[in-house]
This record gives sequence, structure tokens and C-alpha cells, in this order.
Amino acid sequence: MIVLSSDKIPISKELDMVVFRNRLKELAVKIGMGLVNQTKLITAASELSRNMLRYANGGTVLMEIIKGPTQNGLRITFSDKGPGIADITQAMRDGFSTGKSLGLGLPGAKRLVSDFEIKSTVGKGTTIIITKWKNG
Amino acid sequence: MDKIPILKIGHFLMVAIQVDLYDRLALNLEADLIQAVSKYNAKGVLIDISSVSIVDSFMGRILGNIANMSKILDAETVIVGMQPAVAITLIELGLPLKGIQSALNVEKGMELLQQKLPAEAPLEDDDSTF
Amino acid sequence: MKLDTAKILQKKKKQILELWMKTQLVDFSLREDLMSNDELSGQSEELVDALLQTLNTASLDDAQADAFEPVRDVLDGISLSRAKQGYSPRETGMFVFSLKDALLGVLQQELKNEPVQLYEESMKISRLIDNFGIATFETFIKGREEVILRQTDEITEISTPVIRVWDGILAMPIIGTLDSSRTQVVMENLLQQIVDTSSTIAILDISGVPAVDSLVAQHLIKTVSATRLMGAECIISGIRPEIAQTVVHLGIDLSGIITKSSLASALKHAYGLLQLEVRKSIANKS
Repeated sequence: MIVLSSDKIPISKELDMVVFRNRLKELAVKIGMGLVNQTKLITAASELSRNMLRYANGGTVLMEIIKGPTQNGLRITFSDKGPGIADITQAMRDGFSTGKSLGLGLPGAKRLVSDFEIKSTVGKGTTIIITKWKNG
Repeated sequence: MDKIPILKIGHFLMVAIQVDLYDRLALNLEADLIQAVSKYNAKGVLIDISSVSIVDSFMGRILGNIANMSKILDAETVIVGMQPAVAITLIELGLPLKGIQSALNVEKGMELLQQKLPAEAPLEDDDSTF
Repeated sequence: MKLDTAKILQKKKKQILELWMKTQLVDFSLREDLMSNDELSGQSEELVDALLQTLNTASLDDAQADAFEPVRDVLDGISLSRAKQGYSPRETGMFVFSLKDALLGVLQQELKNEPVQLYEESMKISRLIDNFGIATFETFIKGREEVILRQTDEITEISTPVIRVWDGILAMPIIGTLDSSRTQVVMENLLQQIVDTSSTIAILDISGVPAVDSLVAQHLIKTVSATRLMGAECIISGIRPEIAQTVVHLGIDLSGIITKSSLASALKHAYGLLQLEVRKSIANKS
């Protein structure tokens, strides 16, 4: 996969999420992503960045424009050094939440993007990589 | 700190969310709105989200909270002007906002609230009939 | 040596062209239905001209050289127009490759006493024309892909029209299979039209959908939910008996959705929701 551009920003407070969402919107518009896909991507990114803030006290997001086999897309990597997730299968289930939320964050975000990858080590942190293609 | 203005129109309260909400702002809105419902004894709450481009699960929960809390205080809540992209995303996210009423625009939202208005509550300073 | 070949070929332009035309005209793949002989010879001459012209500056050694750009441009134009006219790739390919025979034929006559040079130059010309041939294929396929893409767009557009059947009532007949990318288009179109016309009722007619499996049903449910989220109602009509059967057999729950067997009954239901009444006017002349 060829990375055409990349940009990394920290998420340590709520207002960083606003900056992040705006930045993401700019990138999505830049690659010509349609409005619905933009909205899906930013909503998913919003869920995941909030998770980072709430459970891991923040982290960083890496935004990359990538060139796929047929179309360009955006790949976003969320990395934190938080407590990690013990049972990923459980965390990916609809309606499961350890915090005070609807428990739609992870499974919901997964449904909104083209590709969703999660790696987590208890005590070390969590990395989630999502990809959204321009037309998908 | 930013605040979202709450307008009082007759028996109803109206809020137009013009900015993309961050969590603190949304929580403040929830608190302010419920205060206002109680203070003005409002019978309906109209939330215009036509300028909102992102509604995630947190924002969805706030909207749900507002509707449920208002209900307890005997006020109906109507969400108006949701953008198509937002509706599609919410459905995909798995958040159909059950229990919240919606209308296409402010006008239709007002109509909906008027219909729900109990007959014994006409406006004091308005003698025209609806 | 390079100059020699170029010069020889330039001098023999007329002969090359004649030879080439002859090869093309006897070829069984000649499409007189698509192009007249005059047009063909015009096209051929254009290409030979461009090629011989560039031979002044371009070296035969490097077939990929930028100096051949003008030739490639001419080739692009020819193969694009052929792709659109309905030529087969073979016919288009043969057009370019047959030029090789003509060039080599002329070269053979002129260099018959210099076998080594003849061999070397033949290889170069052969490589050059092969290269052109490949470029032609690429452009040809690109031309076809453009046609396909345009048609796909057209089909998507045609297949999801939103019709305003009444003030406040929209209808959208869906024809063809509903997959997830199509559902997205359907949903977007429908919801946008609902906003634009501020219609409170949308009728989704699925008479033209060949089969409803659990995935299609899920897409329909999503569309209905999204419509309701925006503050409008969505009715599904055009449910054929066999679709009702599959839905029940598959255990799909459509109970939250208003379903009607025909567009007419959906419309009637919509009138009811809008508190409208359709009546036969009675001519009262007494």
C-alpha cells in the first residue's frame, strides 16, 4: 500500500477531538470522498477517539491518505498506552460496555468503515487501525 | 465557554445547534435545556440539528437523555432537520434513536408539537386559534 | 547507421503505405462495415507520417523514448475511436502489427546486401512496433472501461428514480437486485429528495426486485429506519406472494414496517396518513 500523505496529532483533551474531526474532514474532501462516507468515517473516528480519551487518558492519531488497488482511501491509526482490552471479542459485541456508554463504540465504528483492525495488550495499550475507501 | 442559546417560543423551547458539539458543550446543553423546561414549564422542546454534520453515540445519548428527561417533566421533544448522511450513519452505527420523535423541518416539528399540546393550554397572550 | 534506416524509410514512405494498405485489405478482419477504405487509408497515412516524422529525432534503440510521444498520441486517438466504434481488440491490434510487415518488407529490399545491419534494424523496428501494439491495447481497454463506467453510472442513475406522486408523497420503484452499494445510492437519493421536497411519506416499490433474502430485507429495514429518523414515514410496496413466502420462511421480521402488496394500496394508505380522501366526483345536474 502506498502512503501518499500522513499527519499525526495527539488526543489529550476534548477539544483535540474537534481539531481531529475537522482535519479528517479536510482530508476526506481532498480525496473526493462522498458526503455519506465522510460522515460515516468521521463518526467512527469520533467514537474511537472518545474511547481513547475516556479509557486510556488520551493517545495519538495518525491520519494517512493511502493509494489502494482501485481507489484512494484514508487510514487512521489510534494508538494509546492505556490499560488495554482483556477480551476483544466481548468488546466488539453490540451493547457491551465497561464504562457508562451505549456500548456501540467499537462494533458501531467497525460497521461504519471498510476495514477495522484491533490489537491490544493488557497493561500496554491498544492500537486500532481503520480504513475507509473513497467509494466504500 | 461556548453556550448554545435556548429560545422560548410560546409553550415551546427551541434550540438550533449551529456548531459541531464537543462533549462538554453537549452536556451543558442537556443541563441548560432541562433547567429551562422546568423554569418555563415548557410543553415541548424542538432541537434543530440541520447544521450538525456528525452525530455519534455520545451525541445520540445526549439527545435521548434530553427526550427522556423532558418527558418526565411533561414536555415532548422533537428533533428536526437531520441530514440524510447523519441518518444513514446512525442506522449503520446501530443507533435508531428509539423514543425520539423527529420531523423534517422546524415548521413540521412545530406542527407536531402543536398537535400534542393539550387543549387546555392555550397561549395567554394569543387569542387566535390553532 | 541510424540515420540510414530513418532515411530509407522516409524515402520509401509511399511504398510502405501501399504495402501496408495491401496487407490490411486482404486481411479477413477488415471491417468495411465500420470504416470505409478511404478512412482507413487516411488513418494509416496519419500514423505512418507521425512515425516517419519522429524518426528524425527519435532513436530506434529506445522504443519507450519520449520522442515517440507524437506517434503514441496518434495511436491513442485511433484505438480510442476504434474501441468506441466497436472494433475487437484483435482487429485493432492487427492494424498496428501489420505495419511491421510493411516496414520490414521495405527494409529488406533496401538492405539486402547488408545482412547484419538488416537483422539489427529489423529487431529494433520489431521491438518498436510491439511496443506500440501494447500501448494500443492499453488505450483500447481504457476506452472500453470508460464506456463501461459511463454505462454503470447511467444504470445506477436510471434505476433509482424518485417520483413525486403527490404533494408530500414520494415513490421510488426499485428495479434489479439490491446489494449494499445500491442500497446506499437508494437511501441517499430517497432521503435527499425527502429533504428537498419536504415530503413526509416515501413509498419504496420493490415489484422489480427479483428476490428478497435476509440481506436485502436488512437493507430495506435500514432504509425505512433512516427515513423515520429524519421524520418521514416509509412504506414498502410491491410485495409479491413469493416474496412474502421467502420472508416468512427465512424468519425475517418485517413487523415494524408498513408493507403493502401494490403501489396503489400504498398510495391509499399514504392518503390516509395525510388525511386525504380520493372520491369519484358526482355530476349533479339536477
